Amino acid sequence: MTTQEGAQVVLRLDRITKRFGSLTANHQISFDLKKGEVIALLGENGAGKTTLMNILFGHYTADEGQVEVFGRVLPPGHPKAALEAGVGMVHQHFTLADNMTVLENIVLGTAPLWRMGFGHAAARRRILTLVADYGLQVDPDAMVGSLTVGERQRVEILKALYRDARILILDEPTAVLTPQETDDLFATMRKAVALGLSVIFISHKLHEVTAISTRVVVLRHGELVAEARTRDVDKHQLAQMMVGAEVPPPVVRDSTPGDVLVQLDRVSTPDRGAAPGLKRADLTLHAGQIVGLAGVSGNGQAALADLIGGLIAPASGELRLSGAVPTRWSPRAALAAGIARIPEDRHKTGTIADFDLTENAVLELYASPPFSRRGWMDWPRARAFAQTVIDGYDVRCPGPDTRIRLLSGGNMQKLILGRVLEITPNVVLANQPVRGLDIGALTYVHEQLLAARDRGAAVLLISEDLDEITALSDVIHVISEGRLSPPFARGALTTTELGVWMAGHGFEDVTHAA
Amino acid sequence: MRLEPIPNPTLTRRLGLPALALLTTVIAASLLAMIAGAQPFSVLGLIIQGAFGSKFAALETLNRATPLIFTGLAVAVAFRAQLWNIGAEAQLYVGAVVTVVLGTGALAWPAFALLPTIAIAAMLAGAVVLLVPTFLKTRFGVDEVVTTLLLNFVVLLWVSMLLEGALKDPMGLGWPKSARLIGEARLPRMVDGLRLHWGFGLALISALVVWVIQRRTTLGYEMRAVGLNKDAAAFAGIPVNVVLIKTALLSGGLAALAGFSEVAGLKGSLTLDISPGFGYTGIIVAMLALLNPLGVVVAALFVAGIFVGADSMSRAAGVPTYLADIMLAMALLMMVLAIMLTKFKVRRS
Repeated sequence: MTTQEGAQVVLRLDRITKRFGSLTANHQISFDLKKGEVIALLGENGAGKTTLMNILFGHYTADEGQVEVFGRVLPPGHPKAALEAGVGMVHQHFTLADNMTVLENIVLGTAPLWRMGFGHAAARRRILTLVADYGLQVDPDAMVGSLTVGERQRVEILKALYRDARILILDEPTAVLTPQETDDLFATMRKAVALGLSVIFISHKLHEVTAISTRVVVLRHGELVAEARTRDVDKHQLAQMMVGAEVPPPVVRDSTPGDVLVQLDRVSTPDRGAAPGLKRADLTLHAGQIVGLAGVSGNGQAALADLIGGLIAPASGELRLSGAVPTRWSPRAALAAGIARIPEDRHKTGTIADFDLTENAVLELYASPPFSRRGWMDWPRARAFAQTVIDGYDVRCPGPDTRIRLLSGGNMQKLILGRVLEITPNVVLANQPVRGLDIGALTYVHEQLLAARDRGAAVLLISEDLDEITALSDVIHVISEGRLSPPFARGALTTTELGVWMAGHGFEDVTHAA
Repeated sequence: MRLEPIPNPTLTRRLGLPALALLTTVIAASLLAMIAGAQPFSVLGLIIQGAFGSKFAALETLNRATPLIFTGLAVAVAFRAQLWNIGAEAQLYVGAVVTVVLGTGALAWPAFALLPTIAIAAMLAGAVVLLVPTFLKTRFGVDEVVTTLLLNFVVLLWVSMLLEGALKDPMGLGWPKSARLIGEARLPRMVDGLRLHWGFGLALISALVVWVIQRRTTLGYEMRAVGLNKDAAAFAGIPVNVVLIKTALLSGGLAALAGFSEVAGLKGSLTLDISPGFGYTGIIVAMLALLNPLGVVVAALFVAGIFVGADSMSRAAGVPTYLADIMLAMALLMMVLAIMLTKFKVRRS
């Protein structure tokens, strides 16, 4: 693809500024999107990408600046206006009704409700044309509930195309896809630009950006720091633009595995809605080792994390801690066994937003001395502990009496990290520990996990970011539909081979061999 | 128009807005009084005078505030843990029944032993009444708003049945009324010769105890954690269901003390009209107090003052007593609005 220098400008962002209180999420951001172009909007989490797209799409109102689509200024704050002007957005979280067919989901909202069910023949023809034109393979009569994540994403794209979108915004579309599904998505994107559409592709995965985009726009701390033609820059330069400094890769020394601390022996857990439970999973965590769990999100990672975190017990099979089967398995039992848990969602399960830092720091420890005695809280001790965590883990905050709601994601995560590591656990369960963190916090969390490993803790790292897994893990398992692959030593498999496992291949042979 | 959250509301905002809410209420009520034909701003003065203008009036207000403190505390404790107890009325009546059963001569003990026994028994009974819906909630996910609300009617009918039967006073000339408590079962007066009984003192102590529980004990910490974020509490190992059950015991017990205090302190016997909706008004009290146990005392005095003051205001100004109900309803609405506005600011989009 070539950058069309003289091509028509379809979208123009003009000096967009958006503030949230004292935080400036977007500062004077301007760029143009031309016809037939793929712009990659690149930036760390928290750089302001999502805010910018929400302004473009009318979910937020900009404090300053304006959005022009096909030469017309969009009225701020009206998602419908953006839609009608031909802007279609595919969010990270899909907005589909599971109990309806693909066709119904696509048509929903375009025709009056009382006419639903009629005129579907025309809609079906139109959808089938779109399916063929864009290579979005999906059955219009399938129930959405029965589709894979990749298929659902295609339905979302079809929805936008059905509404005559000429500009597609894809918000981190590859986060939920296997490498192979990502290739399919890219093929669709190439077809779309060939048909004259324009695409804004949001990502922080550099190799994808270089593979698909014609131009790159880099945001950092809410400001546009670089804009370049993709063919003029390489991954290394992009990384530098994103973080503003050279990114040192984590230094991982080889480790010698110690005793077996946690062992799963053919453990199964019940399914939860669309998310599968574990299916006869075998897993061993050794002291002094980081075990990485790779997989597409929603394939049983939550079940595994909940199992080791004490929130659910095995339905069948055995969970053994240092060789012994715990009699009663609960979060408290897990804590008592020295398992430090970093939850996937630090806002929903990791902290209580309206509690202050002190109250959050002792959330797991309040019930025993020194933080309470015979049912009476010892707040001075709790506060001192919170201060220790704040100082020891570089939590930037006004003090232990601040409500945690006011902290950034990174500082919140550091408090959680400090809370669980300060009591020197022998097992660390880190579920998506760096999701949404900036590079500084991310590096810090990784260093802490490595330090815990070197101290002799067994670390289970669950992540959807394959690069993170391969960089840190001594041993990798892949999870797919609740099944665990056998352990692979560092470097044993290539990314492509891991992708094949992530797509669910290879598991049958293992089961047969067992 | 859109709402934007205020991350850290200032103290001025947090105190000023509720004050403004009360002021708005007073002005709106004055306008209504004017429509009813009275001097608009005399109404407020008359209410205050009627509620606190004389020693007799002030004591009457304190007496009226007593059951409201108990039910207000019951609601505040439960709501803090997001246990929606709408059944303080039922728990109050059960407490009153227990007081009558044990206090009419069944136990011939001296007062220092009898009164605590009755109080504790009443609390236990009230706790059990709330325990059933709470158990249904934790075990089967039954909505406690519905069950606690409906239990109010069940219990009221049950009390009606008792007053027509087992508990009916044989000397009562056929009125549905229980026998009178024996002297040892009556709460003594706080000041000799004045109508204020020790139920009020007990209410103040209860408010203090609840405050200490919420701020200083692990149970209070657990109750607040469960109320603010159940998922995070469960993840951290807080036994959410156990905490809810303990909350129910405390809340039901507090509401039952309202019934105990009304029978043993004020009325001396049980009738069906012992509570003119104290259980429901307790919800208003708790909300006005922003669920703070010490604030409950203030809010209960405010609400009781309006009720007591409205009576004499209506006589003096010749406006209907309904004005008191309207004022309370408005105060609640304004306060809910004020609470929202301390957390969000309204922006024109």
